[in-house]
Amino acid sequence: MAKKYHVSATVNGDPVEFLCSGQETMLDVLRDRLELTGAKEGCGSGDCGACSVTVDGRLICSCLMLGVEAEGTSIETVEGMADGDQLTPLQRIFLEEEALQCGICTPGVLVAAKALLAKNPDPDETTIRYWLAGNLCRCTGYDKIVRAVQKAAAEMRA
Amino acid sequence: MSQLRYEAPGSVDEAVALLASDSDAKVLAGGTDLIVQMRSGLRKLGLVVDVKKIDELMSVSSDGGAWTIGAAVSGAEMNENAALKKDWPGVVEAVDLIGSTQVQGRASAGGNLCNASPAADSVPAMVAAGATAVIAGPNGRREVPVEQVPVSPGKTSLATGEMVVAIKMPAKPARNGEAYLRMIPRTEMDIAIVGAGVSLTLDDGGTCTAAKVALGAVAPTVVIVDDAAKALIGTKVDDAALEKMAAACSAACKPIDDKRGTIEYRTKVAGVMARRAALIALERARSN
Ligand SMILES: Cc1cc2nc3c(=O)[nH]c(=O)nc-3n(C[C@H](O)[C@H](O)[C@H](O)COP(=O)(O)OP(=O)(O)OC[C@H]3O[C@@H](n4cnc5c(N)ncnc54)[C@H](O)[C@@H]3O)c2cc1C
Ligand code: FES
Ligand code: FES
Repeated sequence: MAKKYHVSATVNGDPVEFLCSGQETMLDVLRDRLELTGAKEGCGSGDCGACSVTVDGRLICSCLMLGVEAEGTSIETVEGMADGDQLTPLQRIFLEEEALQCGICTPGVLVAAKALLAKNPDPDETTIRYWLAGNLCRCTGYDKIVRAVQKAAAEMRA
Repeated sequence: MSQLRYEAPGSVDEAVALLASDSDAKVLAGGTDLIVQMRSGLRKLGLVVDVKKIDELMSVSSDGGAWTIGAAVSGAEMNENAALKKDWPGVVEAVDLIGSTQVQGRASAGGNLCNASPAADSVPAMVAAGATAVIAGPNGRREVPVEQVPVSPGKTSLATGEMVVAIKMPAKPARNGEAYLRMIPRTEMDIAIVGAGVSLTLDDGGTCTAAKVALGAVAPTVVIVDDAAKALIGTKVDDAALEKMAAACSAACKPIDDKRGTIEYRTKVAGVMARRAALIALERARSN
């Protein structure tokens, strides 16, 4: 029998416990064990950012973290953003500004943009583009994404 | 199917004991190299020793001006340390070049060094700045210049049971400036085809009294170009000196030829990058 690790963590504010094997990634744990399928696997190698989550406030690729490493940490995913049907300004403005098409990259982009705005409420375009350089989008083009982040930042500052 | 065994010890001694118990054991810092390699089947699964629960590997401190940077401290955290960045901007900027914001959240200088890639961005910067690596193992501790850690692509001089505990930066000399620049085919998220770290120290009159030039991605390991340093020492770092330094850098290259950069291109660009890095280092030295 393969060894399983018992892990306790906090995900989107809720305590969770899960069993996982040593090589399972945090992304696999989120999607397959915790049924949080917001984070996506685009590449599995740290290049696309579709799997972005924050761990203890730090933005990371969940495909490059082992599930066992989650012990004692607090993880935030896209599912933790909206309050029921009440979207955050960032989410609502992404819809209004049509900053997505297929939507595969969107959970990662939202998590990354939220982390940026928490650190810097008024980022300029260059800052946003560098911050989001690890979030690839094959559909929208980045202009709409950048504009949506700027517009959300302005509304959130108001 | 083989299984990955995971341990997260709370002390260096426990980590060393675990590493010594299994010759295939690997240290896990940020995992931005190791997990990619495991997932692509490049590394067989065995024991992984997560060192991020060890305080010493996760803290940054300064003592009388000299810095001790825990080997597993993330790039993001180094970049947020204003005092460290003020003393050694070239090293911090080099670490900051590693990957995206997400990769920065986990990637460490210790991992960048121990992964032993010829193109590792932080390594030429640390070498130029005179950084050392504190290594712990079954026979105690030793400290070596960082350039002695990587020995060939993917291989280090660490013996079984050894790990890097911290990177040490010396106290910042007066009127010293350092910088690191790399050439990549894109503007972000790419691997260096040349990296150049330059550190130089001036006297009161603006004459260069000490210099160190290190190149990445132009040979199997980082190259220290003594002739480039000699070209700067004793000069005011004027155009003639920079020209000579750039030529020495190009002459020291033994690069590979691949789709990302030909031998000719890498050789030429090594001189260009070193020259630009030297000019930034000079500016910084003048204002220190
Ligand atoms: C998308 C992406 C982009 C990247 N871009 C760059 C780039 O631009 N420039 C660049 O240089 N690199 C880049 N990298 C590679 C990688 O992020 C860096 O090399 C990083 O610094 C590795 O650090 P880590 O903490 O994640 O190391 P890990 O993956 O945890 O470890 C790397 C290796 O070092 C060993 N190791 C780690 N810490 C220690 C220690 N304390 N003692 C002994 N052995 C140790 C591990 O066992 C492993 O073999 C990129 C990676 C990704 C995924
Ligand atoms: S799936 Fe993690 S970065 Fe692409
Ligand atoms: S909307 Fe399709 S990848 Fe971004």
